Amino acid sequence: MTERPRGLMRAAVLIAGKDLKARVRDRSALIIGIVVPLALAFIFNGIFSGISGGSKAISLGVVVADHGAAGQSFIASVLAPLRHAGLIAVHTEPTAASARTLVESGSLSAAITVPAGFTEALRAGKPAALGVIESAAAPLTAQIARSIAAAYASDLNRARLSVAAVAAGSPGISRASIARLAAQAAAAAPPLTVRDVSASTKELDNKSFFAAGMAVFFLFFTVQFGVTSLLEERADGTMARLLAAPIPRASILGGKLLTSFALGIVSMLVLVIATSLLFGASWGNPVGVVVLIAAATLSAMGIMALIATFAKNAEQAGNWQAVVAVILGLLGGTFFPVSQAPGILSSLTFAAPQAWFLRGLGDLRAGSLSVIWTPVLALLAFAVVTGGLAMARLNRIAEV
Amino acid sequence: MADTPVLECRGLRRLFGDLVAVDDVSFHIAAGETYGLLGPNGAGKTTTISMVAGLLERDAGEVVVAGRPMTTRTVQAKGALGYVPQDLALYPDLSGRENLVFFARLYGMPTARAKARASEVLDLIGLADRASEQAKTYSGGMKRRLNIGLGLLNHPKLLVLDEPTVGVDPQSRNAILESVASFSGAGVAILYTTHYMEEAERLCDRVGIIDHGNLIAEGTQRELVGMVGELDSVTLAAAGDLPGAASVLGDLEFVRRTSVTDDRIELVLTDARENLPAILTTASANGVAVRSVDVTEPDLEAVFLHLTGRGLRD
Repeated sequence: MTERPRGLMRAAVLIAGKDLKARVRDRSALIIGIVVPLALAFIFNGIFSGISGGSKAISLGVVVADHGAAGQSFIASVLAPLRHAGLIAVHTEPTAASARTLVESGSLSAAITVPAGFTEALRAGKPAALGVIESAAAPLTAQIARSIAAAYASDLNRARLSVAAVAAGSPGISRASIARLAAQAAAAAPPLTVRDVSASTKELDNKSFFAAGMAVFFLFFTVQFGVTSLLEERADGTMARLLAAPIPRASILGGKLLTSFALGIVSMLVLVIATSLLFGASWGNPVGVVVLIAAATLSAMGIMALIATFAKNAEQAGNWQAVVAVILGLLGGTFFPVSQAPGILSSLTFAAPQAWFLRGLGDLRAGSLSVIWTPVLALLAFAVVTGGLAMARLNRIAEV
Repeated sequence: MADTPVLECRGLRRLFGDLVAVDDVSFHIAAGETYGLLGPNGAGKTTTISMVAGLLERDAGEVVVAGRPMTTRTVQAKGALGYVPQDLALYPDLSGRENLVFFARLYGMPTARAKARASEVLDLIGLADRASEQAKTYSGGMKRRLNIGLGLLNHPKLLVLDEPTVGVDPQSRNAILESVASFSGAGVAILYTTHYMEEAERLCDRVGIIDHGNLIAEGTQRELVGMVGELDSVTLAAAGDLPGAASVLGDLEFVRRTSVTDDRIELVLTDARENLPAILTTASANGVAVRSVDVTEPDLEAVFLHLTGRGLRD
């Protein structure tokens, strides 16, 4: 009895369904595509939380024992802008001892003390020092507290130098005038501040960056399963049986590509939802995110398929694909932003699809859907070039 | 056995680089006929079968299955063909039933029909009670049976089996051979490759002997043996006047040589099966009581040796 032969698409869907069932059953795709990236995003987010914008504000204690102009200036001119920017939360403590207790208990990340007589010391040209109470458990935030204090001290030193210069050029000026000038200089607000409005809105916050970075990094591993299984079918002998079946030969390749695409899309969407719910990651406009994910998945498929066509067996393909995925992942800034690296490295980052994906997400946060077309087109260009080369070579694999 | 060829191969040729793997191979198989392709490893059996099943492009020649031309791209002809590859070709993470349903659906069966057919095949190959278990948990023999069952899903008009008993224990091997014989009895044309002479002799209506890519001889076992002029031998274990009887037997037209050793008369003759009654009658008439008869016909091993100067397993 001869059945009606399957069309290309129906046969491809059947093959993809079979592959997906096997992948779900052996849990490999679940682990590589969802569990590992989710775990790493969680870990990285935990390690780097509190360092950059958008993350939880640093709890900074401040003890102002000085009642002069310099102490008040420190609060008004230095701490207040940082607090308004949401970078720090300022907790005023009455004494250095109470601040130290809170830092040691972990209630505060660090504390800065302005000692009594600080302003007077400045006026008198005597040594004056800000204190920083640190916790060994939070070295990064301690460093930030030291930087804040050092920056203010630097401003004060510049003011002192200015006053000294004025005094040196005005032989008749009285000591009282010099002291008044010094106090006014110390109390003055910083003359200039820089606020990068455009760039800050295009950057992903930590949670979103690590969620997106890990997702697109592991996307390149997840899509391997589909294409590489062509090599497995050949090694297992099932390729011969597929080729003997009354189906278009192209449906075998189609089924494998469909498997890759489905695994890539599903794992990415699960990660988007999971990181949004679990970490509070903000991916941006859902339509734009889906478009970017689809384009990134296609580019990953193209690159991984092309590599597979050069391999003799599935194991070799897996090894080569892993090496390329890691290199592209690092270059594409999935672990840290290579675009800020010096020299040629910052330009090379866009040789990796991952960089375009992350840039697309950043653009999406800054503007409307229309701004992501450049990253999307770049990702599709990767897909077309590498995928085209792969398709031209894939028939070599689909043989007995 | 019907006369209409289910498979026709004409002038098959395939090269791998400079190596001529198959050269001008032609044969045909009728419905209900089992055709054995016999040859040593590397003779070109699998290459031939791969071209027949549409797995491999051919450099020259033609394959027609159930009246439809077979190529690697064709779909219709493949629908009439069941293929059992030499190596196990099944998905270990899927159950036996899932393997069968998947391939049944690839052959165009709707889901319900595919499930029903899978159940039929599971019964046929004796795996119904293990149908839901993953194939990787099966024994070697069970995997072999599933491997064959997958080739039967589409009720093929032509069943192609590529050395299906390689690496199989004697019990499973016997079961496989019995199954193949039953398919032939059901009217399926069977192309069976083997390098086991005994399998070809047991199963095949006709045998093609292939060596170095060439089909060097073809026919029934008897025709092949006759083709190379081999004679049969008959040994009579007997009592009585053995020299006298041997002398009379030696005068028979079809007897070429006689000898007597102890209580046995050994005869070399043509067509022992045909002439055995005359031999027994003559021996009895000349005062010899025959206790047992041993007939030895030249086998395909001998034919292959005669044709190539080498054994099948050299």
